[in-house]
Amino acid sequence: MSYSDKVLDHYSNPRNVGSMDKSSADVGTGLVGAPECGDVMKLQIKVNRDTNVIEDAKFKTFGCGSAIASSSLATEWVKGKTVDEALSIKNMDIVKELSLPPVKIHCSVLAEDAIRAAIGDWKKKQQTAQPVTAEAK
Amino acid sequence: MSTEVKVPQVRKNDARQNDVRGNDVPRSDVQHTAPKGVKLPIYMDNHATTPMDPRVLEEMLPFFMEKFGNAASRNHSFGWAGEEGVETARERVAKLVGATTKEIIFTSGATESDNLAIKGVAEMYREKGNHIITAVTEHKAVLDTCKRLEKYGYRVTYLPVQKDGLVNLDDLKRAMDDKTILVTIMAANNEIGVLQPVAEVGKLCRERGIIFHTDATQAVGKVPVDVNTQNIDVMSISAHKMYGPKGVGALYVRRKSPRVQISAIIDGGGHERGMRSGTLNVPGIVGLGKACAIASEEMAQESCKLAGLRNRLRDRIMGRLDEVYLNGSGEHRLPGNLNISFAYVEGESLLMGINDIAVSSGSACTSATLEPSYVLKALGTGDDLAHSSIRFGLGRFNTEAEVDYVADRVIETVERLRELSPLYEMAKEGINLKDVKWAGE
Repeated sequence: MSYSDKVLDHYSNPRNVGSMDKSSADVGTGLVGAPECGDVMKLQIKVNRDTNVIEDAKFKTFGCGSAIASSSLATEWVKGKTVDEALSIKNMDIVKELSLPPVKIHCSVLAEDAIRAAIGDWKKKQQTAQPVTAEAK
Repeated sequence: MSTEVKVPQVRKNDARQNDVRGNDVPRSDVQHTAPKGVKLPIYMDNHATTPMDPRVLEEMLPFFMEKFGNAASRNHSFGWAGEEGVETARERVAKLVGATTKEIIFTSGATESDNLAIKGVAEMYREKGNHIITAVTEHKAVLDTCKRLEKYGYRVTYLPVQKDGLVNLDDLKRAMDDKTILVTIMAANNEIGVLQPVAEVGKLCRERGIIFHTDATQAVGKVPVDVNTQNIDVMSISAHKMYGPKGVGALYVRRKSPRVQISAIIDGGGHERGMRSGTLNVPGIVGLGKACAIASEEMAQESCKLAGLRNRLRDRIMGRLDEVYLNGSGEHRLPGNLNISFAYVEGESLLMGINDIAVSSGSACTSATLEPSYVLKALGTGDDLAHSSIRFGLGRFNTEAEVDYVADRVIETVERLRELSPLYEMAKEGINLKDVKWAGE
């Protein structure tokens, strides 16, 4: 199987590799996949609570080159978007951008899941954090 | 607070970054500089196939143009020349495995040999019984043949293997009954290189009057195989796994004590004692013969050299990386085989990182079925480690310099991918990955 140049580029020079403090209130963490399935993605976002803009994103991925590329691309795409805009990223956009073959579509699905999981985690934190701020007022 | 992990960036091939017009040229791979004496890419996948030995090619060449005769043409010198080539080859194959010439049948390769052996015995001995015993780690050529026979009313027992990949002889004994007509257990496994106790399996079969077939594709020419001391009745042989040409193989069929008979699966002109019709592939057969002759001469020395190279590769990798696991028995193993799992790193991504080295992986992503290796699963290796496995197959033409280069590249790539791996990070934080509830499960 040959890889597209974009997959090779993300694999060789992955963007935004790293970790953020997952206990921080403005950080959302998504951990999707399973080791038994051969793919695990961790995607983290740091959101500005006033603007809802994703100011930073980091990832780490266990998986094939296409999985690494899909999550690397996902971090690039979510950065600078609002949370709602980021939710509109679809797996097929990733498939198109990276020219993934049919057998690798599940990698893009996982990347979309990771974005949703990270945003979901962040939103949950905002709900639980709200009453505390209300009381403080 | 965010921490940026420094992932070592791969050097690109600058020469191909820009073409004459200054445009970006699609880059299909990244290039590494080879140390002196090493030519890239390196071939280390000798269980898949071996390069042909130049001595084999030399032996074959006259049989394409000058000696093109049909070995079955009995009435002219063209036919005689072909027949002479075939019969010399038959002697050489027989000699390597301790057989007589009349016991060697030429085929198109080990897959055909396995089919002929299993289907041929099953049909011939149908009156006697309908039970066949094999093992779960056999090659698909054996497993799928057995599965087809199940559709025709045969009963098949698929023996499990132990953690080291070997079949348990007590399991085998227990599986045998008065309807068992055939036991088929491979000599050496194609993925993990594990050597089965062929002589002992053969002895148990002999005692009970059961025919014993072994798929010895990976073993013949690499380790000593003797049909008499190892009690083998039927055996599959392939040329291209021992520096011979593709598309040719042989089947050993015992003629004496006991005499084994098999039904043909290809009907036609009655070649090869009626067991395998079809005009003989004379150049291929000549090549197989020469490959066997070379193995007879050089196997002892070569297996020492290969075991040395394999151990060097293993020790270098395991000396530098933690959580690297050997799959299958370390002791009962082909000298050129190293199959190891690199925890927290997925096999296909590792192959991508060492793309100037030809090896293979048990990862699902590299298979057509999207399932990780059934052989590794049978050993009880978790799916996670099966996804992380790499098979190194060392062969006649590998050198120490290549081994050192491969070890360095593997170490560097595993370290890079572990920095990218959330599993490695979690393990380092002390999280037991087995306790995590995974979203994807």
